[in-house]
Amino acid sequence: MNPISSPHAHGARSVGRVMLLVMLALTPATVAGFWHFGWPAITLWCVTILSALISEAFCARLAERPAGPLLADGSAMLTGWLLALSLPPWAPWWIAAAGASFAVIVAKHAFGGLGQNLFNPAMAARVMLLISFPVEMTQWVAPHAAGLSAALDPMTALSVTFGGNVPDAMTSASLLGHVKSEASRGIALSQSLTGHWDPFSFGLGQRAGSLGETSALLLAAGGVFLMLKRVIGVQIPAAFILGVVLPAAFAHLLAPDQYLPPLAHLLTGGVMLGAFFIATDYVSSPSTPLGQWIFGLGCGLLTWVIRTWGAYPEGVAFAVLLMNSAVPLIDRVTRPRIFGRRRNGHSMTAP
Amino acid sequence: MNTPALSTPSFLRRMLQRWGAHPEGRKHPAADTEITVLPLPPRLILPLAQHIGAPARPLVQAGQYVLRGELIAEAQGAISAPIHAPTSGTVIGIAEVPVPHASGLAGPAILLDTDGLDEALPPDHTDPFSLEPAEIARRVAAAGVVGMGGATFPAAVKLALGQKNPIPTLILNGGECEPYLSCDDRLMRERAPEVIDGARIILRAIGGERALIGVENNKPQAIAALRAAAEGVADVEVVEVPSRYPMGSEKQLISWLTGREVPAEGRSADIGVMVQNVGTAAAIHRAIRFGEPLTRRIVTVSGGAIRTPRNLEVRIGTPLSTLVAFCGGTTEPVARWVMGGPMMGLSIHSLDIPVIKGSGGLLGLVEHELAALPEPGPCIRCASCVGACPIGLMPLEMAALIRSGDLKASVEIGLKDCISCGTCSFVCPSQIPLVQYFNHAKGELAAQGRNRMKQDAIKELVEARESRMEREAREKAEAAERRKAERARAKAAAAEAAAAKASAAAKTTEETTA
Repeated sequence: MNPISSPHAHGARSVGRVMLLVMLALTPATVAGFWHFGWPAITLWCVTILSALISEAFCARLAERPAGPLLADGSAMLTGWLLALSLPPWAPWWIAAAGASFAVIVAKHAFGGLGQNLFNPAMAARVMLLISFPVEMTQWVAPHAAGLSAALDPMTALSVTFGGNVPDAMTSASLLGHVKSEASRGIALSQSLTGHWDPFSFGLGQRAGSLGETSALLLAAGGVFLMLKRVIGVQIPAAFILGVVLPAAFAHLLAPDQYLPPLAHLLTGGVMLGAFFIATDYVSSPSTPLGQWIFGLGCGLLTWVIRTWGAYPEGVAFAVLLMNSAVPLIDRVTRPRIFGRRRNGHSMTAP
Repeated sequence: MNTPALSTPSFLRRMLQRWGAHPEGRKHPAADTEITVLPLPPRLILPLAQHIGAPARPLVQAGQYVLRGELIAEAQGAISAPIHAPTSGTVIGIAEVPVPHASGLAGPAILLDTDGLDEALPPDHTDPFSLEPAEIARRVAAAGVVGMGGATFPAAVKLALGQKNPIPTLILNGGECEPYLSCDDRLMRERAPEVIDGARIILRAIGGERALIGVENNKPQAIAALRAAAEGVADVEVVEVPSRYPMGSEKQLISWLTGREVPAEGRSADIGVMVQNVGTAAAIHRAIRFGEPLTRRIVTVSGGAIRTPRNLEVRIGTPLSTLVAFCGGTTEPVARWVMGGPMMGLSIHSLDIPVIKGSGGLLGLVEHELAALPEPGPCIRCASCVGACPIGLMPLEMAALIRSGDLKASVEIGLKDCISCGTCSFVCPSQIPLVQYFNHAKGELAAQGRNRMKQDAIKELVEARESRMEREAREKAEAAERRKAERARAKAAAAEAAAAKASAAAKTTEETTA
């Protein structure tokens, strides 16, 4: 075989560049998260990413490969970043460290490393944490909870992240959690939503929730940026959002007192982060255009189902993981039609 | 005014087509320079295999003097093309020399020392429209015209298809989607009437109704020149197509222009379409109008290392080193010499190799023009290759199957449909050599096929031998049987005769004694 064969040119895209663009797209929502939740959010973000990088280097050592190129591709940093955004902003350091190392070591490298993992590492870690440490993982703070003074004080931040001292007075329920617990007490939506739901401030992220999930509009803007840069396709985000909105709108029309309006579904929890940044993860999503529609719709639909009838108030992470497991099957049945062939693989015939 | 009427479904289909890549054009400055005629080199090297199919059979001997246009090697077999002397001079002989081939191996070539006089056979002016279609095909075959776009399929073999069944649509391929190359662009700009006339001649040869000339929209001057030349020609239409690699691929161009797909196991003629390169059309024009065989072509010499990139009109057989020297040599160390375009061209190891009929470009590429990473990374399943594949394949899956050694499964998901355009390798962010895997696997399959054929042939021979030996043994046995029976019969007869004789003798004795 000729060692040097065509093509003799290559496009500008590299794995590192793709990861960099995704991180760039995440920056506005991340900064908004820092702004809303203060210094503890920044330390948490740092601890998560650092843990992810250390875990990556550790795995490289185990595999007896140089750690440099592995760290340079940016995938471990991105995993850490995405996980940080889905954590409660004032979570203790060991949540971040345990989650990030689980994501990198177990969810990624145990499957064979970059490109081999079946499940989205950040979501696998988030679900592991949620199941193992339900209290720490559902301790939300209100934006600007302690007033700007505390949120802006780095020393307090260190004691929050490393000492685990979250004053009770600062905690707050997320909208989904609040609605779920009220519903379990038989209180209708029209009542439980009053004073808790305001599309405008929710879109900007002024609400209790995960570090980077709250600024729905900034996440969507980052997602659109990635689409314009052709890093992600339209299929998965559009299908994800449709998968949530369609059943939500239908149910809300039928029983407005029982089912949240579609806009509330979109602007709370992890839908925007999930649709644009999590479900679009190359490795754990389908490769075919049709498969991506199916995958996105499934993620959206399962999110709505889990939120509506499941035991947990939020369902994005579960929905993504469930659909991840279906990806090999989806890819298999949605192969594109080959040029000059019919769907069944037989050659077209001359008319 | 010259744009085709788009029906809504085909318009929608085009909008939904997302295949392809957008490699950086890099067609300038070569595309800005007029075609320059390269002076005659002292010696021409004319490989016998300049086309797909059986190599030509040499007709000349060492020491023979030939004129430009003289037949020096004849076509051999159904898919083959003759070779003509590109100028006057003396044949030195036939030698094994380095030829443009992926293997880098040598091949037989006729060596011709030029005398600088460039004396030609007298031209044969003919009005193509007084010729019968079959006669046009015959003359194109005699002129040795092959596909000039690089595929080098003998043009007359295609034209002959038109004799068998009607092909209403002719498409001239002016896509030239390979980066760097601008030989077709310059040809269309400077010799548009030749191209249009060639299209009309081909239409007559195949009994076609209309010709569409597809040109990528990054060549506005070529489009304008062709449209001006086609003014008043009712059945020739110039159509702008988007610049997207591989738009110059036959199947993709047909699909874009007509909305129809060539069946995977069929040919374009099956859907009533023929595609010829614009350069081929110009060559056919010259072959029919002036009886001029194919002995020269336009070659783009470009790449980061070439001092003055330009388009040269070159006699077939000119060593590549002559082209490079004429372009001022190189300014930087050349990381790779490529014959053809960077997407599908051939990496060559020596500039002693000659220009052949299919050589559209010679590129001296420097390090930064090549792929950036020395080592491919792991596949991150980004599906860029799936979106870019013009055939609708899943290159990442095919490559994974080939890596695991499962050629059969990779064929099942479309390996044989791959057109080796290289778009998947180009877009892969991990720089996985996808198309290289496929070409390797196809080669492997071909070798297996040949092996199987060989084994089948051997098996057949062995079986034939066995049955022959069986038959012979049987015949021998039968013959022995026959002989035995005969002997027995003869013995019996002899015994009878003896008995008869004895009895007769006895009788005589009796008689005598009596």
